[in-house]
Amino acid sequence: MDKPDTGWIERETRRAHSDLPEIWTLLDSVCDPEIPVLSLFDLGVLHDIRQLGGCIKVSITPTYSGCPALETMRDDILKTLSQAGFEDAQVEVCLSPVWSSNWMSPEGRRKLKDYGIAPPMKHCRAGDTPDAGIGCPFCGSHNTARLSEFGATACKAMFTCADCKETFDFFKNI
Amino acid sequence: MNETTHNEHLIEYVKRLADDALILGHRISEWCSHAPFLEEDIALANVALDYIGRSRLYYQYAAALIGDDTSEDDLAYMRDQRDFHNLLIVELPRGNFAYSMVRQLIMDAYNTEYLDALRHSRDTTLAAIAEKASKETRYHLRRSRDWILRLGDGTPESHDKTQAALEELWGYTHELFDLDPVETALLEAGIAVDTPALKARWLSTISTTLEAATLTLPEDDWAVRGGRTGYHTENLGHLLTDMQSVHRAYPGQQW
Repeated sequence: MDKPDTGWIERETRRAHSDLPEIWTLLDSVCDPEIPVLSLFDLGVLHDIRQLGGCIKVSITPTYSGCPALETMRDDILKTLSQAGFEDAQVEVCLSPVWSSNWMSPEGRRKLKDYGIAPPMKHCRAGDTPDAGIGCPFCGSHNTARLSEFGATACKAMFTCADCKETFDFFKNI
Repeated sequence: MNETTHNEHLIEYVKRLADDALILGHRISEWCSHAPFLEEDIALANVALDYIGRSRLYYQYAAALIGDDTSEDDLAYMRDQRDFHNLLIVELPRGNFAYSMVRQLIMDAYNTEYLDALRHSRDTTLAAIAEKASKETRYHLRRSRDWILRLGDGTPESHDKTQAALEELWGYTHELFDLDPVETALLEAGIAVDTPALKARWLSTISTTLEAATLTLPEDDWAVRGGRTGYHTENLGHLLTDMQSVHRAYPGQQW
C-alpha cells in the first residue's frame, strides 16, 4: 500500500495533539453536503479547532474557490456545536495553507470509493486529470477513459469503464 | 508613500482583480444551458464558478481592507459601471463559441503567468488566493488550448470563425500588460505583479497554440484601453443591468 501523504499526516497529528478531542469527535458528524459520506475532517476542510476564552474557534479551508458548499459547511458546524451546548463558537475560513486533495484521510478515500466516486490519485500534479486508467469504483478495472474533466461539482471529473460499462465520478487532484 | 495612500492603492488593486474575475465569470456563465453539448455546458459552468469564486475571495479581502460595513455584495452589486475597473476584454459579449474560447485562451494563458507571479506577492492574502487559483487555472488553460486546436484545425468554417475572433479580440490584449501609477507603487512595495514582464511568456504560449491550430497571430495595428480608469465599452452597462438587477430590487435579501 502507498504511504499516506504528508499533508494528511500533519492533519492527523494536529488532531491527535489537540486539547479538544471531544469537539473533533463531535464534528465528525458534519459531512460535505454534496458527498454526505465524507466528514469535513475526512475531506480535509476541517483544518483546526481551538478554544479562546470561552469561544470555540473552528477553522475551515475551501476546496475550490467557487465551491458553494462552504457556507452550508459553516452553518452545519455552528448548528452541530450549538446543539451540543457550545453556543459561543466561530468559524473562520483560512486560505493558507491551500487545501489539497492530498489532505483527504485514508478512511475518507475508502468511503469515497464505497460511495461510487474514485478517490484522487496518490501521485498526480494538482490541476491535472489523466485521460485514462483511473480505477473503476464499481468493478476495479483500470480499463477506463475520461469523458470530461468536469462533472456535477467543481471537484469531480467524469470517467467511463470499458469493462462494466458504468460511468463514474473521479475526485480530481488539486 | 504614506500609509493611507498605500491602503487606497491596495484596495484599488484588489478591486481590479475582483472585477476582472467577476465580469469574466459572468460572461462565461451566460453559456449555461446554451453550450454546444452537455459536457461542455457543465465544463463552462464549472469554469464560471471558479472565476466567480475567485472574485468573491478578492471582494471579501477588499471589503475587509475598506473596513467600514462594506460587504462583498456591496462591491459586486451596488457599484455603477464607471466604478468597475476591469480589463475591457472581459466585458465584451460572449459572441459565438469560437469567440468565447479565444478570449478564454488569452485570459487563461495570462492568468497562468499572472497568478504564478502573484503567488510571490508580499501581501499574504493575495499570495494565498493566487496559490489556490493558479491550480485551477492549469485545467482552464488546458481546456481552452484544446478547444483552439480543435476549432482552428477543424473545418474551414470553424477555422475562419476562430481566426475572425482573434482579429476582433487582439486589440484588447495590449491593456493586459499596462502598468499605471497604482500598480507601479504596489510593484515597488513587492505586492503587485509586473505585468510587462509577463508578456513574452504569454505571447509564447499563444503563438505556439495558434501555430499548432493553423491560425495566424494578428498584427499589433490597433489597441483599445480604458478599463482600469472606468472608461468602458457599451457592453459593461448592459451586463451590470442584468447581473445586479435582483440584488438592487431586493437589497440585503438572503436565501
